[in-house]
Amino acid sequence: MTGPHGLAPTGRGVLVSGLASDAHTWNLMYLQLLIEELGHPVTNLGPCVPDELLVGECLRRAPGLVVLSSVNGHGTQDGLRLIRALRRHGRLATTPVVIGGMLGITEEGREERVRQLLAAGFDAVFENGTDAVALFKDYVGALTGDRHAAS
Amino acid sequence: MSGFADFVAQQAAAGRLVVQPRMGFATPEEMRAGLIATKSAAATTVGTVTVDSYTRVGDLAAARTALRRGAGLNGYPLATHDAATTRRMLDGVRDDTFPVQVRHGSAAPQHIFAASLRAGLDATEGGPVSYCLPYGRVPLEVSVRNWAAACRLLARTRDLGARPHLETFGGCMLGQLCPPGQLVAISVLEALFFRQHGLDDVSVSYAQQANADQDREAVLALRRLCTELLTPLGIEWHVVVYAYMGVYPTTDEGAHGLLARAAELAVTTGAPRLIVKTVAESRRIPTVRENVAALEHAAAAARSAAGPHDATADSQTYAEARALIDAVLGLGPDLGDALVTAFRRGLLDIPFCLHPDNAGRSRSYLDADGRLRWAELGSLPLRHLVGTRAARPVTSTELLGALAFVRHRYDREALEASPTRRLT
Repeated sequence: MTGPHGLAPTGRGVLVSGLASDAHTWNLMYLQLLIEELGHPVTNLGPCVPDELLVGECLRRAPGLVVLSSVNGHGTQDGLRLIRALRRHGRLATTPVVIGGMLGITEEGREERVRQLLAAGFDAVFENGTDAVALFKDYVGALTGDRHAAS
Repeated sequence: MSGFADFVAQQAAAGRLVVQPRMGFATPEEMRAGLIATKSAAATTVGTVTVDSYTRVGDLAAARTALRRGAGLNGYPLATHDAATTRRMLDGVRDDTFPVQVRHGSAAPQHIFAASLRAGLDATEGGPVSYCLPYGRVPLEVSVRNWAAACRLLARTRDLGARPHLETFGGCMLGQLCPPGQLVAISVLEALFFRQHGLDDVSVSYAQQANADQDREAVLALRRLCTELLTPLGIEWHVVVYAYMGVYPTTDEGAHGLLARAAELAVTTGAPRLIVKTVAESRRIPTVRENVAALEHAAAAARSAAGPHDATADSQTYAEARALIDAVLGLGPDLGDALVTAFRRGLLDIPFCLHPDNAGRSRSYLDADGRLRWAELGSLPLRHLVGTRAARPVTSTELLGALAFVRHRYDREALEASPTRRLT
């Protein structure tokens, strides 16, 4: 059964993290506050988290949702490498994992980036735009609602 | 070849503000073209080689792979191109009239310093605190050791006739929302750390925040503290101002206005060098053309600004910075150990910084005028100087509001000045 304040029965919470080569922090701090306000406990690993550490934390904490944010232009390269590493672990095969931010070094190629990221195993991609935050909030809401319906 | 700081000093003596871009490209051809464009701009410029993020975190395999596959890199992979390639890239561009600084952002910069020196580049920047706490998970103690080794590596080149120059990034912690007293304190403390490890030619940074009066107060406090603490040790120093590093205006006019204020800040406080930002900052990595436009816009704004204020006045920022510096220096003779202890005890504490070695008990806010103030002090030794508001958690909306305060103000002013224009 899903509790009222968690994505999962055990209140496993949300893991927020930056990617290995990205040093930006404000995006992560904002997401932490936003997700907490949506009623979910957050563990924030901060910026420049090496792949192995992030995979290890996912295995250890078994989060109900993993939210990755990248704004340095390397998000697609780093994200593809990471999601493949995550999905190689059976226990993380179905964990919801999403990514957002500025995911390339130019505005071009946006659709192709999103396609690649989804194909590699991300559950949703939120490229910066006017409605990225609203779409992300909807996604978190739907995820919680779906779990409610299923339980 | 004369040193980086010599050039800045000569230009300052002639009354010219030195302006500098952030700029880094994957290939030597693009990097050279960017430097040539910087040199040719209608402004007094120095060049920048910014390394890519993979090189910054020491993942040279990823940098090599990206280069081979032609995947985009967000900077110049200095430790991946060989020294001869980089020397050719710089040949005929870098000279006495156009020094070049390497910019990187690394808490383990030894490989970057070594690669720079192999290519003949002896000016760079960063610091054990400022390139550690905001940007990753390297323990502060490890960053301090790395930076001590890197400083000594750079300092040894003096024996070979070089004039190595190192700039502190401490005045730019997290880019925004750190009250200026602590920015100034960390900038000065990092300069003293550089001195302990053999360097005597430094610059100290300060990043423009959200209130022009408070910014002027901060740069003047920084100059006064350098005069009091660096000059007696025989350290040559100058102040470098960074154009606003936070969330940037989306309109070209707003971005121009903000950059012009940064240039005025530098001129009115006697800071001889300015790092610019471009109109593209809010959207993506800027092009060379956008960088040149920013350099020329800043130079023009500087030419019409009035000369410097006296830097001896007492101020709130000076008092806070002095209290923080004294608290750290009182922890013992080794500045690296003192910095680690200070952060462990919360005597230095960066608001909103997620690093495991940051106490994370301080909080800041912007008042209605855009002045940065302390909301919570944690263990910062400032209780005798600061009245804090009743503590309460900041919401995501408030944080966004504070982060976007400058963007909104400058975009609004731009729209009001040109009412027919609409935000795109």
